[in-house]
Amino acid sequence: MPNFNMIQALNDAHKVMMARDEDIVVFGEDVGYFGGVFRVTEGLQKQFGKTRVFDAPISEGGIVAMAVGMACYGLKPVVEIQFADYIYPGYDQIVSEVAKIRYRTAAEWTMPLVIRTPYGGGIFGGQTHSQSPESLFTHIAGLKVAIPSTPYDAKGLLIAAIEDPDPVIFFEPKRIYNGPFDGHHDRPVKPWSKHPASEVPEGHYTVPIGKAAVVREGGDLTVLAYGTMVHVALAAVEEQGLDAEVIDLRTLVPLDLDTIEESVKKTGRCLVVHEAPRTSGFGGELVALVQERCFYHLEAPVERVTGWDTPYPHAYEWAYFPGPKRMKRALEKVMAD
Amino acid sequence: MQITDVKYPLLGQLPRAGLGTKRLAGEDMSDKDPSLRRNAPKLELHVPEPAFRPGDTPDFSSLTIPAEGSAPRPDTAAPAAETHPLTTALVRVLGDDNKAVGPWDPKLDPDTLRKMLRDMVTVRIFDDRMYRAQRQGKTSFYMKCTGEEAIAVAAAAALDREDMHFPTYRQQGLLIARGYPLTEMMNQIYSNRGDKLRGRQLPIMYSDREHGFFSISGNLATQFPQAVGWAMGAAIKGDSRICMGWVGDGATAEGDFHSAMTFAAVYNVPVILAVVNNQWAISSFSGIAGAERATFAQRAVGYGVAGLRVDGNDALAVYAAVKWAAERARSNGGPTLIEFFTYRAEGHSTSDDPSGYRPTNEAKAWPLGDPIERLKAHLLATGEWDEDRHAAMTAECDAAVRAAQKESEKVGILPDQGKDDIGSMFEDVYADVPWHLAEQRKQALDEGGA
Repeated sequence: MPNFNMIQALNDAHKVMMARDEDIVVFGEDVGYFGGVFRVTEGLQKQFGKTRVFDAPISEGGIVAMAVGMACYGLKPVVEIQFADYIYPGYDQIVSEVAKIRYRTAAEWTMPLVIRTPYGGGIFGGQTHSQSPESLFTHIAGLKVAIPSTPYDAKGLLIAAIEDPDPVIFFEPKRIYNGPFDGHHDRPVKPWSKHPASEVPEGHYTVPIGKAAVVREGGDLTVLAYGTMVHVALAAVEEQGLDAEVIDLRTLVPLDLDTIEESVKKTGRCLVVHEAPRTSGFGGELVALVQERCFYHLEAPVERVTGWDTPYPHAYEWAYFPGPKRMKRALEKVMAD
Repeated sequence: MQITDVKYPLLGQLPRAGLGTKRLAGEDMSDKDPSLRRNAPKLELHVPEPAFRPGDTPDFSSLTIPAEGSAPRPDTAAPAAETHPLTTALVRVLGDDNKAVGPWDPKLDPDTLRKMLRDMVTVRIFDDRMYRAQRQGKTSFYMKCTGEEAIAVAAAAALDREDMHFPTYRQQGLLIARGYPLTEMMNQIYSNRGDKLRGRQLPIMYSDREHGFFSISGNLATQFPQAVGWAMGAAIKGDSRICMGWVGDGATAEGDFHSAMTFAAVYNVPVILAVVNNQWAISSFSGIAGAERATFAQRAVGYGVAGLRVDGNDALAVYAAVKWAAERARSNGGPTLIEFFTYRAEGHSTSDDPSGYRPTNEAKAWPLGDPIERLKAHLLATGEWDEDRHAAMTAECDAAVRAAQKESEKVGILPDQGKDDIGSMFEDVYADVPWHLAEQRKQALDEGGA
């Protein structure tokens, strides 16, 4: 079994699926000859030809609209938006069209397409290369939202997204493309090869959409996280010496509420973690669901660790990023009583 | 620094230190430094105004209308640049004498012409009946295409039945020309139990895959680049079907127009992109979308694709232009942008009263006439039609529309809808109903509706 980083795993998912299904087409800015600025689509054009893998004009609205038209024709577009921060020109096509076409046509037309996009901070990308806009999509009926946190999940989830009959917004945590990140920016980067989830099976397999993973079992508290923050959370609970249960949500819509509910009822405490800004972030939804389902099992208020409600500030990257200090403080608060 | 004597009273409330002060200081300097203001004219903002407002007498005599038959017809394989003089001309076939003239005369057989006339008459009668049904409270909304009937009907006649359309809300003629049942259209308008869209869409936002008619969106221009995407799919798969995208003059201002043109040009896509310039976007005249500076067809020049400007009230010219663009697309000659120059003879929708922004008799003054009258006159002039036959055909169309309406209203009208099958509103959000929608559905069913 090869050891892959997340980029190689995503690349492999494309190759496996494009070989199986001739209706899959891949396009986006710089994805063709060059293979994408993060190299996720490297070699695809050479292997599958220019009419199935090609460069698109710098027009996110156009890229999404083309995907809509192609899906109506009968193709399965898997498109890349180069950075999640660039997705907004395509937002009308995603919200008004991609998300609603099945509903408004009573399933006469459907949108089996995938929009992949790297998101999140920790790479000194400033405010236009660091955002986490997932809640702008979880709020839209008709979209599914998936976010892997390991190479194994990245390949399996992307294959599941491509096979899904509905549109999936597939956010890729770019900080951990090349290695897991514990939140300590001043420590050397660890490569994926030392992580067990970098063992990626060859060929076809899926990680189901809508199923969370308990990545650490424990009894002290439940930590809900996704993307890069799964690794930051795992490191933080170890550092605090807590026997935490850490759940990687993997899919935000549809959410695996059963796994969350079972865990919080067991631990009685819950911490919700994401990079995105706090106000109207997906964490607010998680907190609401936990209190609706688990209120009488809770021994402390549910806490949130998030980015600040500011644009992503370049020089203040590590004062903004919800790292070990913010985690420690929140863990202490949740565990206080 | 003290902030005194400011131009903008609001600025006086800014803090007296920091950025606000600095910016204001800079502004003061540039305002007062004579070297920076030397002979500079005062800048002016131009806000376009239509030629006529309510109370004015509309007079279109200054509008240049090229003579019928005067526009040259390039070969369909000609370089795009050869079409560019046509973006400021006007392809016209039918003249004042009602004869078909010039290189664009499609030389259609009388049966095709009579079919087009019948479809156009049906569209107008359908519009009138449904407009009235809305006024009678049988539905919430309706949109007519009065004066624009030739465009969709002739385009449908010019394309193959298998070709695809991504229409706007004023191309009901496509469905009627392709034989989509009138009762199906009405069931959608009434959102009744026969509505295949299950009561989810605003009236007239039809969708029918079998008739090559993509679901209409209320978010304008979204369909324009989608049409390009569909045609890219056809090209990727080596299909022979082509696609036609539609947009109005007002919505050409959307970014989606630019996306469509860019992708169509870049990949030489087999698509026909139509701008129906009916002069009005609700209350905004075409100048608000840029028509004072250039024709909509001229936008083809900048993208390097073929462009045609066509008399949209001349069914033969519409047919000929779409046929030309279709031949070009089918032989990998690339996309064509066609502007259909027409006039929206009635309000934007049942929610609009145009007497508030334009003269009430402007439609009558429109110099390109009524498309139905013009096609009828052509058939009469060529001896292929007579008044008795026209009256009989009109009566048949009217009877067909009335019969369909009766049938559809038997199934139901809007005020009676939304009570049964409440649970259906949770279906088709996704292929399967996820847990959160299942929970909400249960609650909605418990509530039992309003």
